[in-house]
Amino acid sequence: MLDQLITSEKKATRDGFGDGLMEAGLQDPNVVALCADLAGSLKMDQFAKTFPERFFQVGVAEANMMGIAAGLATGGKIPFTGTFANFSTGRVYDQIRQSIAYSGKNVKVCASHAGLTLGEDGATHQILEDIGMIKMLPGFTVINPCDYAQTKAATIAIARHQGPVYLRFGRPSWPVFTKELPFEIGKALLLQEGADVSLFATGHLVWKAVEAARILAKEGISVELINIHTIKPLDEKAILDSVLKTRCLVTAEEHQIAGGMGESIAQLLARRLPSPMEFVGVRDTFGESGLPEDLLEKYGLGATHIAEAVRKVLQRKSRS
Amino acid sequence: MAEFEHLPPIASQVRRDIIRQTHFAGSGHPGGSLGCADFFTALYFHVLRRKPDGFSMEGKGEDLFFLSNGHISPVWYSVLARSGYFPTEELSTFRKISSRLQGHPATHEHLPGIRIASGSLGQGLSVSIGAALAKRIDADPHLVYCLTGDGELQEGQIWEAMMFAAHHRVDNLIVTVDWNGQQIDGPNDKVMSLGDLPAKWAAFGWDVLHMNGNDMKDVLRGLEEAGSRTGKGKPVVILMKTEMGYPVDFMMGTHKWHGVAPNAEQTENALSQLEETLGDYPYVVDYRNK
Repeated sequence: MLDQLITSEKKATRDGFGDGLMEAGLQDPNVVALCADLAGSLKMDQFAKTFPERFFQVGVAEANMMGIAAGLATGGKIPFTGTFANFSTGRVYDQIRQSIAYSGKNVKVCASHAGLTLGEDGATHQILEDIGMIKMLPGFTVINPCDYAQTKAATIAIARHQGPVYLRFGRPSWPVFTKELPFEIGKALLLQEGADVSLFATGHLVWKAVEAARILAKEGISVELINIHTIKPLDEKAILDSVLKTRCLVTAEEHQIAGGMGESIAQLLARRLPSPMEFVGVRDTFGESGLPEDLLEKYGLGATHIAEAVRKVLQRKSRS
Repeated sequence: MAEFEHLPPIASQVRRDIIRQTHFAGSGHPGGSLGCADFFTALYFHVLRRKPDGFSMEGKGEDLFFLSNGHISPVWYSVLARSGYFPTEELSTFRKISSRLQGHPATHEHLPGIRIASGSLGQGLSVSIGAALAKRIDADPHLVYCLTGDGELQEGQIWEAMMFAAHHRVDNLIVTVDWNGQQIDGPNDKVMSLGDLPAKWAAFGWDVLHMNGNDMKDVLRGLEEAGSRTGKGKPVVILMKTEMGYPVDFMMGTHKWHGVAPNAEQTENALSQLEETLGDYPYVVDYRNK
């Protein structure tokens, strides 16, 4: 099954957002979009050009953008806000908390350039804490798609979903491998069945997990690879069913380990099915400037790191 | 100028409600609430064009009001109850556990009349602009009203929103600033001066009006004039001078009553200065199980 995922096509997840937004705008006249001086970076130009009366350039004023989005949602619109993930979360956390989450507004907070793969701009912009911040807000859905196709599908899906959503995607050109696969909010995506270990990955690191699974297959290790695109609400059944079979797991994400997808899965398993577990993620540090691939390697998020975490958890399982 | 003689008696009862709510709760913000009672009464009993068939969140086809300085919730809750959004005796539950009348307004408990949570300051103007844009998209000719405090203008988000409204010609919006000159830690001028406030709003591209918020006749004049200035390409702001605590003698001329509830004796004193016109609501100790 993994071989079917191999692809030579590369596209950025943010392009998936731009194309998905355009599609959502065509499907529903209530879809409106706001941007804080990053329409080009977020690939929102086509929407802005096609629906000028439904697009609002807010300027470099993210707090105001979140409030305006909440007001538009109050009036029955489906607002999509677009800016970098850093400015979509930490900079405007109180606005999101009070005017959107607590007020129950149907706002889609769409956040690009998340994580280390932002690259050369460095740690000021490479937010690694955003999933944690937003998943703590009651009622928020958190989605971190893994490639162009999934980001496009997710963008279209969240327009139809009632309630606040955080959609996290990124800057770099990245392999496109889920074109033929389904997307449903809250439903984990099985990429490969396996018997020895469950590997749960989200965002850009799903591709790294695919590469890791191929390395491990050569060593005779059977990896069950599951894409958790929706971090909240978590697909508890899919996770429990898989770990019940494999009895150990690894999580991989481009985020701080604290507050990330792995933490959510650990909470679930601590309650329901304690199992040997390893975390691939950023270990309580900031990023730095560099090429995306180099940064993933330096901070321990490469395919070899995921493979090593799998070997480690298998050793723990064999001892337990 | 419309007939307004029926409004001051309502405002008097609203002020009694403010005193009684904060006293019964043992906390809350009576000062700014009292100062804005005339404005809220004029708005809810004369100005707002509301649909008669109950509350809808979207508020299509009617005027909308957003309170940005959410801490003056007692005055808002009073006019909402007195204008039929919910039973007046529910005012007894203000700030109590399991109440729909949270310390700061919220939508979470589904209190009719509230469309956004406010309390963390500086956010309501942006929300109001969004609601006004929704009306523009829908070609709904109704207006959006917003009240902000003056201390609240120290928040940066307010100035972001001011810039936006002028740039995008949001001219179906009337913002009123409760310019009482006081905030929690003291007078604005001591805490953080707002400077030449009319000039600042004007420089940001707004049509700036003035009114005396403690003179019902002038409040009606101001709101009418503001209404006549809408639809002309500029957002409209009314700088409304009020006296915090007005007209309770011992609550005026100080910032002390910004966020302190009156005790039994002070409540009696305050109520003796405010005529009971529509009838006080009964204090209900256990409203939920009533």
